[in-house]
Amino acid sequence: MMTSRWLTRLGLGAALGLMAFIVFGPLLNLAMWAFAEQWFYPNRLPTGWGFAFWERVFRPRAGAWTSLFNTVLVACSAVLLSMALAIPAGYALARQALPGRSVIMLVFLLPQAFPNLPIFVNIAAIFYQWGLNGTLVGVVLVHSLPGLVYAVWIATAAFSAVDRSLEEAARNLGASPLRSFFDVTLPQALPGLLAASIFVFLDSIDEFTGTFFVGAPEITTLPLLMFNASMGGNYQVAAITALILLIPSVGFMLVIERFLKADVLSRVGR
Amino acid sequence: MSTEALTLTDVTVDLGRQRILDGIRLDVAPGSFTCLLGPSGCGKTTLLRAIAGFTPLRGGEIRLGSRTLTHLPPEKRETAMVFQSYALWPHMSVAENLGYPLKLRGVARAERARKVAKTLERLELAGFEERAVTELSGGQRQRIALGRALIIDPPLLLLDEPLSNLDAAIRRSLRSELRRLQKSLGITTIMVTHDQEEALQMADQIVLMRSGKMVQVAAPQALYEQPADLGAARFLGVDNTVTRHAQDPVVASQAVTFGFRTRDARINEPVRPAALTRKGRVIECVYTGDGYHVSIDTVDAELFATSATSVAPGTFAVLQVPESALIPFGPDDRHLPPLDRHEDIA
Repeated sequence: MMTSRWLTRLGLGAALGLMAFIVFGPLLNLAMWAFAEQWFYPNRLPTGWGFAFWERVFRPRAGAWTSLFNTVLVACSAVLLSMALAIPAGYALARQALPGRSVIMLVFLLPQAFPNLPIFVNIAAIFYQWGLNGTLVGVVLVHSLPGLVYAVWIATAAFSAVDRSLEEAARNLGASPLRSFFDVTLPQALPGLLAASIFVFLDSIDEFTGTFFVGAPEITTLPLLMFNASMGGNYQVAAITALILLIPSVGFMLVIERFLKADVLSRVGR
Repeated sequence: MSTEALTLTDVTVDLGRQRILDGIRLDVAPGSFTCLLGPSGCGKTTLLRAIAGFTPLRGGEIRLGSRTLTHLPPEKRETAMVFQSYALWPHMSVAENLGYPLKLRGVARAERARKVAKTLERLELAGFEERAVTELSGGQRQRIALGRALIIDPPLLLLDEPLSNLDAAIRRSLRSELRRLQKSLGITTIMVTHDQEEALQMADQIVLMRSGKMVQVAAPQALYEQPADLGAARFLGVDNTVTRHAQDPVVASQAVTFGFRTRDARINEPVRPAALTRKGRVIECVYTGDGYHVSIDTVDAELFATSATSVAPGTFAVLQVPESALIPFGPDDRHLPPLDRHEDIA
């Protein structure tokens, strides 16, 4: 009796430990690389620890600060642009009896359906003619493309979930269509729209391919910096960049935690 | 704003190729309470929404007092509507919900707060300002929705099945409360309902509708006692119809069919003169609290009656209906006017 219970506990503990290792192992490895000054092949653990590489990364001319700034600026701009398009589009798709509504929704999915490499190569060719290559605007546009898919789909769901009679009550009591949209519909759809913004933001934060074709080498974002460091065998720099990348992501997660409790998020697909 | 009369002229509404409302003509006196009554799908809610401006008209005209509403958007009509779901805004507090129509009209904050407090007091919900509407009970929500509609002193109040989402007990008490409030404000009111009892109790005038048309417009008593046709009669609780026999009371010379309500038909009592009688076999006898509900198989049809005592199924029984409870219908199923009867006697 006693031994079997112990065995169950042991097995459970081992399973949990294995899962933790699978999830956190690579992250732990990453964290070790960020603080390792010396780590050569036969050693299981780094032989020298320190902040020397941190100093190198954050030296004014190393470009980490610029990349971080670019990354956040591009992500925020992509959110603004996607939402500016997705709010009217989502409202129209949710409310108006548009002919071919499902076709329109599918068209928004198309960029995601194709392998994205040829798409980005073609976009880069077009942007080159328009002089958008190597500009922040070009990178923002490229990041908004996959962002729009999430934004339009989630915004449509969020607006569909708003009870129509709530809008009608506002109209009935004297609100113009625009006023009732801003006073009633938008606040009601806000949790869903926030969720859409988060998706666009997180998607943009670690977007690589599009930035590589359209932005590089003039515009460097953190994923590009990380890529360059890894390709150069500089694992310390890559690891430190990866940790920096976590900052906006974790920050955004905290914002979600603060504004969107699980019950609000669950209303997104309603 | 004072209360105003509502006039509908040939109001017609199409949805796609289907005609939802067909030539509705209606006069609603200022300060009166009108019920739109009918089974679901008869177009009564569409008519209410057409008056509020949410359903475009195919043809016809809607006038409120001296204004023509037909082509105005909903926000310009000043027709305060209470929705079936109440449509309270969940992201606003009770006070914000009530104050929103005032805010839209540019009423200052202090004046708004005063009016909201006054309205809450009148609704017996004083001190509820900061509550979230999601915390309120069904009856409280209903009253807040009513208060929100009335806070701007509208000339016309539209109610879309306002009591249908409530418990039976609350519904009954709110019926009289709503009617008292409406009378004290003297506001012209139109209420949609599928509940004939509710309509009979509350309305000054009932508009009976069926498949997009008006069947009858009458005061409650007239509607109850003289339904326009057999269909209307059935909707108003006339469960029994019998073909007229030679020995039946005359009532109306043209009468082909008589309708009567179950509660007017008695079983196995001494037969009175001038009563309609039918013999038949008892099929079922069910206790209903204040007596028994008996179904009888006669030559004509299955009929229902009430009895003070229990009757054994399978036995023969005599059903009788006093002449005064018989509703005569002509060959086209239309109600025969009582005038006919006087002519007959003369």
